[in-house]
Amino acid sequence: MLTALDKRLLKEIADLHEEPPGAYNIRKDGKGVDRHSMPGIEVIPKEDKPGLDVLVEPGKKGTVHIPVLLTEANQNDLVYNTIDIGANADILLVAGCGIHNPGGGKAQHDGIHYITVRKGARLRYVEKHFGEGEESGEKVLNPKTVLKVEEGAYVELELVQIRGVDHTVRTTEGEIEAGGQVVMFERLLTDGKQTAESDVELKLMGDESTTRIISRSVAQDNSTQVFRPRVVAYGRGKGHVECDSIIMNEAVVRSVPEIWAENSEAELVHEAAIGKIAGEQLLKLMALGLTAEEAEEKIISGFLA
Amino acid sequence: MLSLQNVGLTLETEEAPVRILDGINIDFEPGKMYALTGPNGSGKSSVAKAIMGMFTPTEGKIEFQGEDITNLSITERARRGIGYGFQQPPRFKGLRVIDLLEVAMEHGNVEECQCLRQIGLCPDTYNERALDASLSGGEMKRIEIATLLAQNPKVRIFDEPEAGIDLWSFEQLIDVIHKTHASDRITIVISHQEKILNMMDEILMMMEGHIELRGDCQEVWPQIKNLTRCACRDSCVKEGEIYADCPR
Repeated sequence: MLTALDKRLLKEIADLHEEPPGAYNIRKDGKGVDRHSMPGIEVIPKEDKPGLDVLVEPGKKGTVHIPVLLTEANQNDLVYNTIDIGANADILLVAGCGIHNPGGGKAQHDGIHYITVRKGARLRYVEKHFGEGEESGEKVLNPKTVLKVEEGAYVELELVQIRGVDHTVRTTEGEIEAGGQVVMFERLLTDGKQTAESDVELKLMGDESTTRIISRSVAQDNSTQVFRPRVVAYGRGKGHVECDSIIMNEAVVRSVPEIWAENSEAELVHEAAIGKIAGEQLLKLMALGLTAEEAEEKIISGFLA
Repeated sequence: MLSLQNVGLTLETEEAPVRILDGINIDFEPGKMYALTGPNGSGKSSVAKAIMGMFTPTEGKIEFQGEDITNLSITERARRGIGYGFQQPPRFKGLRVIDLLEVAMEHGNVEECQCLRQIGLCPDTYNERALDASLSGGEMKRIEIATLLAQNPKVRIFDEPEAGIDLWSFEQLIDVIHKTHASDRITIVISHQEKILNMMDEILMMMEGHIELRGDCQEVWPQIKNLTRCACRDSCVKEGEIYADCPR
């Protein structure tokens, strides 16, 4: 039975107001509390360790929700999920973790996802992180995603963390075969003394494989962010890395994009920028009637949209 | 009525104070259109920015509708009905054209707004466009003018609206500034363009931070045309046949 708090967390991380459509598994405080498979999409608990196997049959279209909720302090919830998207399937997979830490200790969730996207399949993977609760209770999220993208498959990753999480180390790895494509959107906002690190390594294994990493972040107060996106081309692939950060107050941002070609036909580009909100942008919005604070909020929310 | 009374502005720099504006006295009356013209660096944009509150005068007073607004913020002036179209509008990563128009209109219905059409842009194409480097300088400028039209303030200041605008749009621009002017609006246009100056009720020519000349176009233009006209024009004419269709 989900409480009002659970439902609120689900709304934050998965935009769910009620029972998810399609297949799902809701994990709360280290235990699966509700699960539903459907024809062509099996959601099965692992027997040897905590976590799930999500098996999607070839050609299947559908939605899978696998949210994680933490509502108690002093937890270190480690989960291994294995996701297999069959050839030519078309799936929206909504993961993510919402923590409400009532205080008194650390609440941590480390979700490790191994995702295989078979030939010609499409996967949109959405992972939102949300934290709230007492300041004395640390909220920590360390997601790791390992992707295997087969020939002609397409994967879109949307990774979002807006405030509330004290520490995060996010790791994303992937191998993209011929004609495969991965587009990754990362949105991050840290404030207070929060720290966030994002390590990405996507390997263009086959010819005509492509990837685009678009990372946008806002670092406020005394928070710290480190980005290390790397694209390695072994095949005749194309890669584009774009890191863009707004830095405010006493925050620290390090952005270290890397492109690495082992094929003379590869085309790789990276760009990175860190800067404060331009004064002219604030003036423009204030001249339209917004206060300085409203203008700043408008710029940040647009930037992270 | 918008009134600048003995407005002066001195900026402190590391080397020496720089006098930007000196003894500016202007009464802008509703229903009238004004041009601010003059050489680069003469203080035209500084007057506009002093009206908008981006510069606070170091001397003098600015009154709007009987209220002393000299020390009001940009936001407070905007909410009282003063609007400024930037000479070089800033770009925003992540904001769309429609987002900016929504801010400008506050409570209005952007879907029904004709402001993009008025400056020759199709809302179906442009509303969702990001205000980033994907837009050309001319497009940004036209969107900036559309934003000011959407805001529809009591005092409209266009800072070199023609800059970066192609010839076809230039004619349309003149037309839209003229048509959207109303008896309860004050329109101020910073420009060097004869065609724009021609439709103004009063021209204020600035020089080194003060107003050097004022009057209608017939009085002022003969005295200033050599200062404001395009230097290329003579060479265009000397070539004989003119291929460049000059709007000046």
